Amino acid sequence: MKLIKVEHAYKIYKNGTTAVADLSVSIDKGEFVFVIGSTGSGKSTFIKMLYREEKPTKGSVIVGGIDVAKLRNSKVYKLRRKLGVVFQDFKLLPKLNVYENVAFALETLGLPNDEIRPKVLKAIEAVGLKEKTRNLPSELSGGEQQRVAIARAIVNDPKLLICDEPTGNLDPETSRGIMKILDKINRELGTTIIMATHDKDLVNRMKKRVLVIENGVLASDTKKGSYKVHESIKNTD
Amino acid sequence: MRALRILTRSIRDSFKSVFRNFSLSMASIACTTITLILVAIAICLTYNVRQVTTDLEHELTIVAYLNKDVTDEQKTELENALKTMDNVDSYEMKSKDEWKAEMKEEDQSLENALDIFDENPLLDSVIVKVDDVKNLGETADRLREFDFVSSAEYGEGMVENVIGIFDAVSFGTFAIVIALVLVTAFLISNTIKLTIFSRRTEIEIMRLVGASNTSIKLPFVFEGFVLGVFGSIIPILISIYGYVFLYNQTGGYVFTQIITLVEPFPFVLTVSLILLVIGSLVGMLGSWRAVKKYLKI
Repeated sequence: MKLIKVEHAYKIYKNGTTAVADLSVSIDKGEFVFVIGSTGSGKSTFIKMLYREEKPTKGSVIVGGIDVAKLRNSKVYKLRRKLGVVFQDFKLLPKLNVYENVAFALETLGLPNDEIRPKVLKAIEAVGLKEKTRNLPSELSGGEQQRVAIARAIVNDPKLLICDEPTGNLDPETSRGIMKILDKINRELGTTIIMATHDKDLVNRMKKRVLVIENGVLASDTKKGSYKVHESIKNTD
Repeated sequence: MRALRILTRSIRDSFKSVFRNFSLSMASIACTTITLILVAIAICLTYNVRQVTTDLEHELTIVAYLNKDVTDEQKTELENALKTMDNVDSYEMKSKDEWKAEMKEEDQSLENALDIFDENPLLDSVIVKVDDVKNLGETADRLREFDFVSSAEYGEGMVENVIGIFDAVSFGTFAIVIALVLVTAFLISNTIKLTIFSRRTEIEIMRLVGASNTSIKLPFVFEGFVLGVFGSIIPILISIYGYVFLYNQTGGYVFTQIITLVEPFPFVLTVSLILLVIGSLVGMLGSWRAVKKYLKI
């Protein structure tokens, strides 16, 4: 069953730059998909369109049955409640501890406390930070901070997890740890994961579906792909 | 139920946030305090100027002198007419003998001068106080229409000038209050904008996790309210204690007994309420406007 359906999507910025051009792709529920491409290729714009940080100029982007192009600013929250987002820079609140950072997501949705607590503890346990619930982000390593961000993203049991270069700031070993967690979430919870990355090693090792975006268009889409596909495209340019 | 939870959490978070972002909160509070002190001074001035002008206006009267041969019937006719005139607040019939007695009391030399005459040389008169001093001239004209009224004086020219000055002063002080309120709104709103600018990540995260625009705005609006209320505490204390002190020190008069100050109570309580409302409203609106900016994509 399709969770994401993008058809002939364009994103043209006001200054005339075309970031995405005629992009069509569909992603099934439960898939793990890498989105790769060089800097300025349009992969970040594509990712941002999925959680409606950017609005497509033309075409349709349907995520979980919601047409992102037609979604008004005031209704964006309806889409965001169906998905989780993880960023390269973690985006944690520095003055809240691990528990509070994860609980923040549910509190803003107005869930009762007796529902929040077990959900938060479950999410923190899933990312292996049970012992650091009361620590502030400044007391955690980069990898641990990213794990808190993942816990916050999955605490509301989203159907889709969007990761925008989540390992970009981490060393290879920590990155592998993060990938293990994401893989586990994908396999055990059935959460669809879309991850934009530059990390060649990770993409090659995971053997997942790989979308290559170059110059704003979908250059290739391979099941169990690798970074080699991307490089071969670059060499032919 | 969900809405109630969001509301109570917003209130709780707004208090937490004031203390978590202590230095920025202090900047907002200090800004509110300073501007509200100016507003408080302007309000006190305006009220007092209005009181003085009202008092002085009340002192303005028309004195109509009646002919020497005026009859009692004519006096009654005049009294009846005064009772039906719109603009007449009160009147006092004063006979020439009463004038003479009063003048003698005021000045001993006048007593001797007036005794020279066999017959009292003064005229019977009526002193009229009006509701609206702006129509003083019109009322005087109506009195002059009576044949037995020899003159009706109210200080033409001078009175119009005084009223003009009073109006200008009242308008001026009112304009100052309005301008100060606007400046306060602008300053507080900008300080809160700075506070919220430093917390745009927080707003971004709230949006990312699916918080609706209303539930994002609420804690900030409450925070603006809390900052506004905290910021108005010192101006309120200054208004209450400062004004009472000033009133006691001057004995309620400025320069002369004609210029009286407004009684401290309930005046200072009204001023305090105005300050509290301005502080909290401006805080809330400032926050609301500032957050709105970050809710657009």
